[in-house]
This record gives sequence, structure tokens and C-alpha cells, in this order.
Amino acid sequence: MTSMHEPASEEAVAEIVATARADRMPLCLAGGDTKAGIGRPVQAAATLTSRKLKGITLYEPAELVIGAKAGTPLAEIEAALAEKGQRLAFEPPDYRALLGTEGEPTIGGVAAANLSGPRRIMAGAARDALIGVRFVNGHGEIVKNGGRVMKNVTGLDLVKLMGGSWGTLGLLTEVIFKVLPIPETSTTLLYSGLDDERAVAALSEALGSPFEVTGAAHVPVGEGYQTAQTLIRIEGFESSVDYRLGELREALADYGDPAVLAHESGDSLWRGLRDGAPLIALADHAIWRISTRPGAGPALAAAIRSKVQGRHYFDWGGGLIWIATPADDAAAAHVRAATRTHGGHATLMRAPPELRAAIDVFEPLPEPLMRISREIKNRFDPDGIFNPGRMYAGI
Amino acid sequence: MSIAFPTPDAGILARRDEIIAGLAQILPPDCLITSEDERRAYDTDALTSYRKMPLAVALPRSTQEVSDVMRYCHENGVKVVARGAGTSLAGGAIPQEDAVVIGVAKLADVIEMNFADRYARVQSGITNLAISGAVAHESFFYAPDPSSQLACTIAGNIAMNSGGAHCLKYGVTTNNLLGVTMVLVDGTIVELGGAHLDAPGYDLLGLITGSEGQLGIVTEATVRILRQAEGARPALIGFDSAETAGACVAAIIGAGIIPVALEYMDRPAIQVCEAFAKAGYPLDVEAMLIVEVEGSDEEIEDQLGRIVAIAEDFSPQTLRVAQSEAESAAIWKGRKSAFGATGRIADYICMDGTIPTGQLPHVLKRIDEIVKSYGLGVANVFHAGDGNLHPLVMFDAAKPGDMQKAEDAGSDILKLCVEVGGCLTGEHGVGIEKRDLMTYQYNKQDLAQQLRVRGVFDPGWLLNSAKVFPLEGRDAA
Ligand SMILES: Cc1cc2nc3c(=O)[nH]c(=O)nc-3n(C[C@@H](O)[C@H](O)[C@H](O)COP(=O)(O)OP(=O)(O)OC[C@H]3O[C@@H](n4cnc5c(N)ncnc54)[C@H](O)[C@@H]3O)c2cc1C
Ligand SMILES: Cc1cc2nc3c(=O)[nH]c(=O)nc-3n(C[C@H](O)[C@H](O)[C@H](O)COP(=O)(O)OP(=O)(O)OC[C@H]3O[C@@H](n4cnc5c(N)ncnc54)[C@H](O)[C@@H]3O)c2cc1C
Repeated sequence: MTSMHEPASEEAVAEIVATARADRMPLCLAGGDTKAGIGRPVQAAATLTSRKLKGITLYEPAELVIGAKAGTPLAEIEAALAEKGQRLAFEPPDYRALLGTEGEPTIGGVAAANLSGPRRIMAGAARDALIGVRFVNGHGEIVKNGGRVMKNVTGLDLVKLMGGSWGTLGLLTEVIFKVLPIPETSTTLLYSGLDDERAVAALSEALGSPFEVTGAAHVPVGEGYQTAQTLIRIEGFESSVDYRLGELREALADYGDPAVLAHESGDSLWRGLRDGAPLIALADHAIWRISTRPGAGPALAAAIRSKVQGRHYFDWGGGLIWIATPADDAAAAHVRAATRTHGGHATLMRAPPELRAAIDVFEPLPEPLMRISREIKNRFDPDGIFNPGRMYAGI
Repeated sequence: MSIAFPTPDAGILARRDEIIAGLAQILPPDCLITSEDERRAYDTDALTSYRKMPLAVALPRSTQEVSDVMRYCHENGVKVVARGAGTSLAGGAIPQEDAVVIGVAKLADVIEMNFADRYARVQSGITNLAISGAVAHESFFYAPDPSSQLACTIAGNIAMNSGGAHCLKYGVTTNNLLGVTMVLVDGTIVELGGAHLDAPGYDLLGLITGSEGQLGIVTEATVRILRQAEGARPALIGFDSAETAGACVAAIIGAGIIPVALEYMDRPAIQVCEAFAKAGYPLDVEAMLIVEVEGSDEEIEDQLGRIVAIAEDFSPQTLRVAQSEAESAAIWKGRKSAFGATGRIADYICMDGTIPTGQLPHVLKRIDEIVKSYGLGVANVFHAGDGNLHPLVMFDAAKPGDMQKAEDAGSDILKLCVEVGGCLTGEHGVGIEKRDLMTYQYNKQDLAQQLRVRGVFDPGWLLNSAKVFPLEGRDAA
């Protein structure tokens, strides 16, 4: 039976952490626990959740900034932003369907996981939008870094460290994000029947154009896809989007005649790509997310697929490969071998706990970086009480 | 002249000849500067009122040589100050008497350009503008554009997380950096990031960006390059008060328009820049915005049309859209030469705080009061879209006590920025200049956490150790 701490104030968090530290009692840190299936399984008798730390603390649309307590539901943030015609530009994904988890995703979880959707190629990652944090470290101290202004180079950027730290450095109590306006419209060009190499070439050409493509993905033939689909998204003012689509079609004439999807149908497609939808049906498979140089994407995917059966698709212009493989050590070894050969890094997004406990979930780091990472963990959390081993053994 | 430096280590000073002999084993004579005359070129940066003669200057030609020099210094307990082009306005590159300067001036090559994957790999001593220059033949560019871009290096940009006028749309250095090769204090060479996005594990690349030469020496960088827009055009909009200009900025952004640049100048700045650049700035307004948009001709027309419609609600005194390339260039020349042009009429120190933009009218009024209370003048230029202020506090260096007054006024202004919810530095860095103000923005625990992280990389305080963190209380972590 695990006990649950649900503090409603930063001071209460600090107290719980101080007690846990004195007792050498590890804590599993959670927001909405929608991503409990990601990372190495954590062994902890107690859970410390930020979900009672709730509420938007600051929202200045004209300053493009929103701040909230870490346990604020992402949905609440998105609704408040939408009311003013704004959004989190990095497209935070929703992996509940993929991971088979329930619960309410929180804004703190978004920050701690640094996961970004298709627009990352144009608008930056979650970590680029995150500009300020408050957190409680493993000493039980309340610490702030960054702030509410977009340009801030005062001292070391610990915001970046907290973004993507998966609850291993501290419990975030408040986060501040930069936001952007929702453009007037969005349209998607859909090319059919391209193989991986040709598709990534087309996406590269689109991304290398002056037309500010905000989504560039390719799904090969497979379940749900009778033909391969290559998707290019443009967003902006209506007249501008029309113009840019016309120019892009001309520039990409060699790749065929695309269908044009209006924003309603396009939006649901992009949401699916964001959330790993094309792979969800492969229930007994492990699912990986691999970031690489876009030009290396097709060869990297082919290298894995030549060894194991499965399914894959590309986002980020070819630089993000989503791939489902058999859930075993051998397939994992092929994934790691492929990133070593072609460059990049792989994260195991979904797998049975046995597999996640047996292999590295995040790409192993070379020794000097592993040493630095262990020492950083130690400087935030000297007794290793936060999410022990969630990222790497000892981290 | 109130900023203290740590007392030089007498033991190191006494071993100078031996240390130089050691470095001479690693570097050829033309890469090692030891004579007093030649060292003088390195005794300050753009904060020229502070000078310290370094023990020696090393100019390595490869990552391996940087590593060899670092290992030697580490083994001998010698401090190191990294240096790019020395344009830091915060005193970040000012040496110490007991330190070896490691300059990256001889590491200035482009290593690889990949247009399909939209990145360039460069040695870190290349200038910011040279990166854009190298990729311009394919109509690409490197986005962050500090006004000093002709001179400053990507190494300095990474160390300061530099910004520029076009960062509202494209982000600052940290948003445009994909990877680096870095030499740690003991000479270990590490690779962070690469040609792909994001990195496994903690975001060490994000951490070292803006770390002011205190975590290691960057020798190579992989940066994102972008395709140039089809065209760009600025408009000038003049108002009778800071309040109206500020309200207009808020209305533009509130309407869902993110111009590529949104710059603000007050009356004194306009006068000074116009006299220098002949840009056709309106001389009879209290505040002026430069708003630039990008795209095809039609897109530019459309966006400027929207902006003009918004601005008209605020009864601008002047509203002029650039009609030609030459006119656009003149408008930007005026803005980008603001510091230089001010330097022609007075000595000045350039402040760099950031404020929530809603606080603009209040802050400008307070800045004026602060500066007047010291009997000095001020010209304000700033990046209005993101609230990054550059008050240029003017003084007369020949007048005894005047510079001290300017420094005091400057620190009052920065404290004000923190007070209204902003920060001490938006893009120039802490250096020595704001070091002793850090406690206004961060409390003991905030600073202790930063010091602990610093300690992972440089437990012996050998790297640029006079900077960033107040000299007192460093062992508290
Ligand atoms: C696996 C995964 C699942 C996702 N699921 C969803 C989703 O269901 N819906 C959605 O809209 N978006 C989801 N996203 C994307 C994104 O929007 C967020 O990651 C999501 O909102 C997670 O919030 P959570 O509170 O459920 O996180 P959790 O699953 O509770 O936590 C995720 C990670 O963040 C850490 N963490 C959570 N809160 C804190 C905190 N306050 N301080 C420090 N560390 C913390 C946890 O320890 C854990 O390592 C998911 C992302 C990933 C990687
Ligand atoms: C006229 C003028 C206009 C300016 N305009 C802007 C502007 O618009 N925006 C802006 O952001 N800044 C601006 N600056 C400030 C300055 O140009 C930037 O801070 C720039 O990035 C410094 O680059 P540099 O190569 O000159 O570095 P230096 O001044 O040599 O060094 C700056 C810092 O970087 C460290 N460093 C240098 N090389 C390395 C390395 N290889 N590894 C690790 N650390 C290193 C140094 O130790 C020092 O702390 C301006 C300066 C001037 C004089």
C-alpha cells in the first residue's frame, strides 16, 4: 500500500520533503499520473503529487505569458488561453490513449516531461516556452529560477534543467510559459504514395522554403493508411495561408498533386500524429520515439525495420521517428544500434514494466555526461528521494 | 569604479614564468601572447572602465589544444577566462591578473553546412554575422542578431545567451542552438546535443547556454539555420507619450500579430540616432516604434495594413512605412547604431533589464526620475515586444564622480526592473556589472541551488571566477 501526499501549498510540500529526507523515504513525484507508464518504474512507498496545487497565477495576454501552480489541469490552461485566442505553441501531447492511463494531465507534468508535438520544428519545444519555475528541491528548500519575462539571462538557467527532468530534481510548484496567438487559420497539404526517402525530401524542401511550415509528417502504408500520406501544415492569416499553399504546391510539383485539408480535418489528423495514434492499435508492442537528423530518419527507420517487424511514422520533417517494435530486449538492442549508427537518441515510450526495468528507457549517456548528470541529481536531491531511478540507474 | 575583483593569487603571480613555459610546451609562439604590450589588447571588453592585465593569452587552434591548455591550467591551479571578441557589455570577458585568457579567435571556420536538415556546424570563434554570410548563398540565415553581430562570436553569444532585434519572432541563442563541443575544466571534451532536436537526459545544452564561461569552454557549435523570408519591411510610428506607444504595442500583440521586430526609442534616442544615421526618424515625437513584418509583398501589405489600423486608434503623430530597401536599411542602421551614436555625444553605460511590458510607462517615468536625481541624462532604446530595456545612462568621464553616479543610477534602474516583476539582464549577461545585484533577484536558496550546479562543473572556481555570483557567500552552497 503506498501512501499519498497531496499538499495544497508550497510550504506543505517543503515540509513533506524535509520529513521524507530525514526518514530516507523515497517519493514518487506525480502530476496527473497520465505518464506513469513512461520512464523506468519507480520504487517508492509514497507518492507526492502536485495535483492540489492549483490555479492560474498570472495571465497577461498582451505580454504572451501565463503562469500557474503545477497541478493546474492542462485543459484549464488551454481553455483560458483559447478564450483570448492564444495557446501553448509547442502542442503538448496527450498520451493517455497511447499509455492506457487515465487522470488529468497537469501543467507541471507538461514541464517535467518536456514533450512537444509537431509544431516543435517551428515554434520550439516545451523547454523553449518554459520561462520560469518554482520548485522544492531535495533539501526541502523552495527555489525559483527564471521568471515571467521572455528575455532573462540572469544567472544559471535552471529552468532548462527542470524542463524534462521527469520529477527527479524537485517538485515543481509553479511554472510560467510563454504563449503565442492562435493563427486565423491552418491548412494541410496531403501528398499520397511517397516512399520514406522521397517523403522526407519533400518535407525538407517545404521546411527549407520561406513559407514557415508548422507541421511536416509522413505516415507509410499500414493499418488505417491504404496509401502513404505526407502532410505539410501552414498556419497564419487566411490570405497568407492561401498564398503560401499555392507557392508550396508549385515548389513541390515533382511530388504529385496534393489534397488540401481544411483546418477542421487537418487539426484532428495532427492531434493523432502528436499523440502516437497510428501506433496505438499495436497493443502488445513497445513504442519508441527517436529524435535524429531529418535526413537520417528514413535510413534509421529502415535499419530497425530490417531486423524486426513493426510500424513507424515520421514527424518533425523526418527528424522524429515513432516506431513500434516487439516488446523484447532484442528489438531494443536494434533500436539502440540504429541510433548509434545514424545519430540521435531513442526514448522507450510504452512497454511492459519488466522491459522498462530491464533496459534503459532513455538513451544511455556517454560516461562524462552520465557523471555530470549524476552529480547534478545529487546537487538537487542529495539523498536520492525523488523518483529514484526514473531516468537512469541512480538518477 | 565600485566593482571589486578577487585578490589575485600571489602564488600564481610568482609562478608566471613557469606557467608561460608550460603553456609554450602546448602552443606555438604565435598562439601564446605574453608581452605586456600585446596583452593589453585583452585587458578589458566593452565595459572599458574596468581593466585587468591577464597573466597570458592563449589562442589555441583546435579543440584538442583548448583541452591541453585547460588540462595544464587545471593541474596547476591556474584560473581561466574564456574570450570571444571581447564585446561583452557586462564585463564578462574582463581577465584577472592571475588568469590565463583562452581566446577562440583562431577557431573561426565553418565545418559543415546542411541545408536539407537546416543546420550549420561551426567553430566557436566565428562571428555571428559570418554564419549568416556563409549560408546566404542558399538564402538561409542564422536568426539571433545582436547589434554587435559584425564583431561578436558565436562562443560569446552562447555564453551570454545573446538576443537581438529579431528575437521576438525567432527566439534568442538558446532557442537556435542544437549542439556544442565543450571542454570541461579538467580538459575532458564533451559533445552536447547534435544535429537532432532535444537531447536525452537533463538539458545540459540549455544549462550551459548563458553560463558566461563558468562551466567550460565551447569550441564548436551546431546552430539551426532558417530560410530567409521573401521580404521584410519596417514601419515607423511616432507617439506623443510613452503610455500611448506602450498601449499600441499591447494592442498589436493582443490582435494576434507577432511582428518580426518591435523596437522602441524615446526622444533622446531618436535625436541621437537620427543625427548619426539620417534615417528620417520623426524628431518631434516622444516615443517611436519600429515595427517590422516579413513575407511576400502582398503579405507585408496585409500585415502592415492591420498594424496601421491598430496604430490609428492611438492617434500617432507620424506613421511611415519604408518604401524602399534603402529606406529600410537606414531605419535599421539608426536603431542598430544606437550605442555607437550615443557614444559620440557622451560617455554612457548601457543597462539591460527586462520588465513586463505592461509596466513600461511606469518604468520609463521612474527611470527618468532616477537619472535626473543623479543629475544625469538618459536615452532609452528597447525591444518593446519582449520588455528588454536598454537605458543608456549618459555621463562625463572627465568629471570626477560622474561615472560613480552613472553606476549608481544604473543599479537603481535594475533594481526597479526586478521590483516590477522583471530581471537584471535580458541579453547582456551578469558579468561583473550586475554580479553584486544578484541578491536583489534571487534569495539565498535560489543562489545556493545555482552555485551547487556550478560546483558540478568547476568545484575549484577556476573558470571566469570573478563573475556572476557575488564574491561573498559563495561557499554557502
Ligand atoms: C508519458 C506521457 C503522457 C502524457 N500524457 C498526457 C495526457 O494524458 N494528456 C495530455 O494532455 N498530455 C499528456 N502528455 C503530454 C503533456 O501534455 C504532459 O506531459 C502531461 O500533461 C502530463 O502531466 P501529468 O500531470 O499527467 O504528468 P505525470 O504523468 O503525473 O508526470 C509526468 C512526469 O512529470 C513528473 N511530474 C509531474 N508533476 C510534477 C511536478 N509538479 N514536479 C516535478 N515533476 C513532476 C512526474 O514525476 C513524471 O516523471 C503526456 C506526456 C508524456 C510523456
Ligand atoms: C555595440 C554593442 C552592441 C551590442 N548589442 C547586443 C545585442 O543587441 N544583443 C545582445 O545580446 N548583446 C549585445 N551586445 C553584447 C555582446 O556583443 C554580446 O554579449 C556577445 O555575445 C559577446 O560576444 P563576444 O564574442 O564578444 O564575447 P566576449 O565579450 O569575448 O565574452 C562574453 C562572455 O562569453 C564568455 N566566453 C567567450 N568565449 C567563450 C567560449 N568559447 N566558451 C565559453 N565561454 C566563452 C566570456 O568568458 C564572457 O563571459 C552588444 C555589445 C556591443 C559592444
